[in-house]
Amino acid sequence: MSANGDVKIRVENATKVYETKTGSVRALEDVSVEVHDGELVCILGPSGCGKTTLLWAMSGLHGLTGGRIMIGGAPITGPRPAEIGMIFQDANLLPWRNLRQNLEFPFEIKHRKPDEARIKSLLDETGLAGFENAFPRELSGGMQQRASIVRALAQDPAVLLMDEPFGALDAFTRDEMNLLLLRLWSETDKTIVFVTHNISEAIFLADRVVVMTPRPGRVAKVYDIELPRPRTIEMTFEPSFISLVQEIKIAVETGGRHTLEVE
Amino acid sequence: MSQVPQELRDEIPSFEKHEHEQHGPIDWSALTSIQGARSMAEITTLVGLAAAIFWLIQGIVVWTHTPTYVFPKPTEVVKTFVQDFSSTEIHSLWVTTIEFLSGLAIGSTIGLVLAALVTLKPFVEKVIAPYVLIMVTTPMIALVPFLRLKMGFGLWPLIIAVALASAPMVMINSATGFRRTDLAKIALARSYGASTFQIFAKIRFPLALPMIIVGYMVGSIFGLLTAVGGEMVASSEQGGLGRDLVYYSSLARMSEFGATILIVAILGVLIYVIFYFIGKRWASWEA
Repeated sequence: MSANGDVKIRVENATKVYETKTGSVRALEDVSVEVHDGELVCILGPSGCGKTTLLWAMSGLHGLTGGRIMIGGAPITGPRPAEIGMIFQDANLLPWRNLRQNLEFPFEIKHRKPDEARIKSLLDETGLAGFENAFPRELSGGMQQRASIVRALAQDPAVLLMDEPFGALDAFTRDEMNLLLLRLWSETDKTIVFVTHNISEAIFLADRVVVMTPRPGRVAKVYDIELPRPRTIEMTFEPSFISLVQEIKIAVETGGRHTLEVE
Repeated sequence: MSQVPQELRDEIPSFEKHEHEQHGPIDWSALTSIQGARSMAEITTLVGLAAAIFWLIQGIVVWTHTPTYVFPKPTEVVKTFVQDFSSTEIHSLWVTTIEFLSGLAIGSTIGLVLAALVTLKPFVEKVIAPYVLIMVTTPMIALVPFLRLKMGFGLWPLIIAVALASAPMVMINSATGFRRTDLAKIALARSYGASTFQIFAKIRFPLALPMIIVGYMVGSIFGLLTAVGGEMVASSEQGGLGRDLVYYSSLARMSEFGATILIVAILGVLIYVIFYFIGKRWASWEA
């Protein structure tokens, strides 16, 4: 288990500079974040604030220019398929495979036998049972993203990294997916880092919301969300929720104005 | 940082839809995605149009009193095709098919290997691009008499010509397919610990498969044209459909000439149909 007590993910002074044709982009500047074991943390910010870069660095898919990321006490140097599950934008299913074959894909990569019992119970829980032979194009956007969550959870990772997974869905489907995610999370002890640009989604899901601002990408503020669990859609209509949305919106905007411009 | 795969190194993560419309010089992929006939009305129209063209030609030939040795009546061609499909023609069909299949097997293998090489090493592409262009634009039929002098009167000169005609078609299309990199899908495989080979076998290859099939289809059609054309120019001792064409036309036996063209046409359509169904089976996800 973690060598850092109950801290599961520790981001220490993460810096990332991209060299592009027009000069260097400071995607991350001295970002430090801690995520506790079993916690659900949302990283919130406008596009270009480095939130996706930070998540990809946590997953080991990208390196950092400076600083380091520890998960479970060991620094991230590359993908850790046994421990970390990644959920991508737009579901990212393989279009030439049907649903079942898509769920078996990670097992194939790992040269393991598919865990049929686990896949079956996840399919039942996400309402996908009966669609095993359907191809991704035959599934709705919500169903595709549910399939991608099943694909990741079937591997039973301790950490789930989610990169704007519901960004392309309509508002109703998004609410549905958020409730599903919270239900799945409450039944497990997983640590989830969820990247989004949607303020109310972040508040609705998270134990804590990390607000990031762009150019350069850095942490502006961290909010503890005190809403009781289990959470319901009705909570999002309450004045306290709405005022928190406003407060965070202002933080996103002014946080950007007060940071030093480094070009 | 050395653990970060090259495909993902220092690229700003973005999920813009990859450009689907990356094709070779000509968008042949339309060939694999033609809508099949659906309704009775469509089928009736198709059959009706074919019959109309057939009888129109028949009418013109009869009405202008064109003799058979100038232009045969379509009915006579069909009659010859059905009645006199002799052992000579079956033998010729066999010879042409052997040349075509051997040449395609060799040419497409070379084409695939070159496509993989070109995708991995852009330098190779720069070096071989002029030769590929020359091979595409030069009719390989012209090589056959030249190879005859060196290699004698066997099948090899024609097999080589077919291989040279089909290889660049397979190569160009397959290379286009291999270049379709979908970063998000490669990242997905990486996140589960995939090796470079697994990424190739389970992501890059399936992604390229529709274009590879198109390459095979176009390469086959070019290969068949080269086999028949090469036989017309300088056939082997074994003969072939191309030599039959020259033979019948020199004797003004136009019914047999027409029937031989019909065989070549059926062979060509058959190749198309085979690849159409291969495409439907293995690449339908893209349609």
